[in-house]
Amino acid sequence: MAEERYGTWQRWSEERLRLRAIVEFLRHKTVPIHRYSFVYYFGGITLFLFLVQVITGILLLLYYRPSADAAYESVQFIMSKVRFGWLIRSIHSWSANLMVGWVFVHMFSTFFYRAYRRPREFTWVSGALMLFLTLAFAFTGYLLPWNKLAFFATKVGTEIAGDVPLVGKYVMLLLRGGEDVTEATLSRFFGIHVAILPALATVILGIHLALVQVHGMSRPISVRAEREISFYPDFLLRDLAVWILVLALLGTLATLYPWPLGEKADPLAPAPPGIKPEWYFLFMFQTLKLLPSKIFLFEGEMVGIMAFLVGGLVLLLVPFLDVWAQREQQNRWVTTLGILAVAYLVIMTILGLALPAM
Amino acid sequence: MESAERRITRRTFLDYLLGAGLLGLAGIVLYPLTRYLIPPKVTEVTGGSVIAAKVGELAPNSGKIFPFGGKPAILINTPDGQLRAFTAVCTHLACTVQYRPDLAHIWCACHDGHYDLRGQVISGPPPRPLEEYQVTVKGDNIIVSRKG
Repeated sequence: MAEERYGTWQRWSEERLRLRAIVEFLRHKTVPIHRYSFVYYFGGITLFLFLVQVITGILLLLYYRPSADAAYESVQFIMSKVRFGWLIRSIHSWSANLMVGWVFVHMFSTFFYRAYRRPREFTWVSGALMLFLTLAFAFTGYLLPWNKLAFFATKVGTEIAGDVPLVGKYVMLLLRGGEDVTEATLSRFFGIHVAILPALATVILGIHLALVQVHGMSRPISVRAEREISFYPDFLLRDLAVWILVLALLGTLATLYPWPLGEKADPLAPAPPGIKPEWYFLFMFQTLKLLPSKIFLFEGEMVGIMAFLVGGLVLLLVPFLDVWAQREQQNRWVTTLGILAVAYLVIMTILGLALPAM
Repeated sequence: MESAERRITRRTFLDYLLGAGLLGLAGIVLYPLTRYLIPPKVTEVTGGSVIAAKVGELAPNSGKIFPFGGKPAILINTPDGQLRAFTAVCTHLACTVQYRPDLAHIWCACHDGHYDLRGQVISGPPPRPLEEYQVTVKGDNIIVSRKG
């Protein structure tokens, strides 16, 4: 009976593409509405910022040249000669920063509402992997304009990677493409930024989004939904409305506060005073600075780096560690731990911003 | 009936408003994008002159390609020892021409275009002669500049 509603074209394409199952699935998928429903937009906002990065990134590739002689000049060319180049580049920078921030917001809202509990453990794991990818995107992309601050930030950042026990030296060599930060590093970071990370992100993001669709939105423990709305078109339209607002915000920020380019990197010049990493790495930077040079028998820096690695592993395994959430219980200690983590990140970042660097 | 008609009108009006809004948004996004895609004109270094070679660098019956205003140009020393300079961009399909000592004239390898020592087309597909440049010798340097 239902077949008769479809025309020849629909029958032809359905036989080959089997899209009706997806359409039917989306038509029946619902999103619960309750007082915390606003967090359901957070992932979508992150996705939108990622898409903006993809599009503006591809556009920048048209003019950008990854060599020590030309990188800075090509970005300068984009910003001063190419029509709307300043806009594209500023949006790319602003969107990158907002994305890093928003990934954290998305992660912590997922954490505090225990959205990682059964059956969504792997949605969380893929999300945590994308947090790492986002930071890697930010770190590699930062060097590409080949300016002074980025040059030294990369020097310090790769040096820190070199302090990881056993494999550190090799990681540093691999990242730098040599003993020092040179044009070879720029080439590598460029390749990592525009080929390797996007490839990884496509796969992991695909898994993440597929899992979100399959499992639907998680309802926070002991929260009752007032009602449900359909994902398509009701929720999707609201999502798109939020995206338009974010786009407006990006356009405004990029226009009123164009991202500066700074001075061209000079490998022979001394590091400028007051040098600091970008805000999203400040908590690590500040922690390493506050650690004493020796903790028991080990170097303070090495202990700090190990602690961050363990922290990353704990983050990845949160759904398996929070056994209470699996029984639909909100454990107070897990919440406290989360609040402490947020407080730590915020305080260290503020300290890093406020204290003089040297 | 009348109220139903009016409701449809209002709905259509809102649809148009929404459509116009989306169209405007598409314009706001697409306009900068298309303008960005069109590469800006790189200001050519024109009117200037360049040192093409040192005196004595070129033996008679030989040529040399040198950059002039961002494009290749060719300096030749004719078999009877005269210095001449032309654009090295073939007028056919913009390949770079070269000097053929065996033929004692300028030749384009891409489609077998031949030019004489005044840049005039002898044979082959080139539709126009090569633009000739001014050659002056100042001290040790052979200086090439645009004519006129």
